[in-house]
Amino acid sequence: MSFRVTRATALRVLRQLRRDPRTLGLLFVVPPLLITLFRYVFDGQPQTFDRVGGPMVGIFPFMMMFVITSIAMLRERTTGTLERLMTLPVGKLDLLAGYAAAFALVAVVQASLTSLVAFGLLGLDVQGAVWQVIALAVCNAVLGMSLGLFVSAFARTEFQAVQFLPAIVFPQLLLCGLLVPRERMLDVLRWISDAMPLTWAFDGLKTAVAGGSGGVVLRDALIVAGVTCVSLALGATTLRRRTG
Amino acid sequence: MAAVRIEHLHVVRGGNVVLPDISLTVESGTVTGLLGPSGSGKTTLMRAIVGVQVVAGGRVEVLGRPAGSRELRDRVGYLTQAPSVYADLSIRENLSYFADVLGAANGTVEQVLETVGLADHGGRVVRSLSGGQLSRASLACALLGEPELLVLDEPTVGLDPLLRRDLWDAFRRLAADGVTLLVSSHVMDEADRCDRLLLLRAGALLADETPGELRARTGRDDLDEAFLALVDTT
Repeated sequence: MSFRVTRATALRVLRQLRRDPRTLGLLFVVPPLLITLFRYVFDGQPQTFDRVGGPMVGIFPFMMMFVITSIAMLRERTTGTLERLMTLPVGKLDLLAGYAAAFALVAVVQASLTSLVAFGLLGLDVQGAVWQVIALAVCNAVLGMSLGLFVSAFARTEFQAVQFLPAIVFPQLLLCGLLVPRERMLDVLRWISDAMPLTWAFDGLKTAVAGGSGGVVLRDALIVAGVTCVSLALGATTLRRRTG
Repeated sequence: MAAVRIEHLHVVRGGNVVLPDISLTVESGTVTGLLGPSGSGKTTLMRAIVGVQVVAGGRVEVLGRPAGSRELRDRVGYLTQAPSVYADLSIRENLSYFADVLGAANGTVEQVLETVGLADHGGRVVRSLSGGQLSRASLACALLGEPELLVLDEPTVGLDPLLRRDLWDAFRRLAADGVTLLVSSHVMDEADRCDRLLLLRAGALLADETPGELRARTGRDDLDEAFLALVDTT
């Protein structure tokens, strides 16, 4: 590992984002707006908003980083910058760690802003510690980043890359317990959801928001971190120094 | 001493044999021109030397090491045919990033900007550059870190004659400092500024000689005609 390369890469990714104020605006404005929309859609059912709204704070970073990373990585592949980097003294993990660090920072800002709006302005009821929700949001962002990185290897165009959102993320959203509690699902679907990382990400968020056991939150965070590591390792194998 | 030594290199891309069996050496401290019609395998040969090409057989040795070795990564500079820089960053931000990655001193950024004639444009965002500026920004990145071998795939394409002359002056200065350059080109007046020419057709080497030898062998004074005569007779 080279700290120099990781740091340079993180700064470079952040600079690219800074040069793209529209994307930054979307990253930081859309989640608070969506949470507000949730609040008023469930105007008559405050308990539903409490159940769904809190965890959403930590789910947004997952989805956004998934899309952003898959497209950013696809660009690295198609514009030749990845090939250039692979001819330089750059470790694959240094590169990935740089991306992860930059996006984790973005996730901290995004989750903090969304929390501020949700818990501060919209009166979302949070029994647990807000810092736990933000910490989980960051874990989820890095999970989204690692999955996005991995699937970007299977896309040839940006059109294909954005289609991975409905293909990879939506099934997990449907099954994670956000819309329907998992206890009420068909056995088969529950078994499938057991194998999906977002299920555990959601479980951790739900527990943290409800002020539940810290042990469960930690377990869920560790599961998410484990899947992230596996996914990053798989992603690293898709960064080839030699190609045909 | 040979900077590049290739023996019986065999490369297949997408089911097609691009380089059937090629052997050559490039002497260090020289400028070698790699010429040939499009599709003749120039880019594939360069990719094999840099170590980014999957090869099916043969040996490629660069600066005494197998091509693509870890120890070569800060000793070989590579310019891809398509500019490979971040479009949403400024030229200087691109250079600073690649310089950081290489661990190159910060002063080298201004130095390479000067070499490619972009000293006054360092703050421009790459997306807003003209085609010629874009390819020079990409070239500048390849020059960072004082590489011992420079592999440049069509560095002067789309540039006006003045800029081409300036860049070739820069290449000659680098070679005088001991850097080895392998430069592919379509333009024959550039071939005249090379110490040695490699002529490639259909993945085979038609010539490996000095411009003077090529003229003498074909009996043509004009390198364009000499090249055509060679392609026609073989």
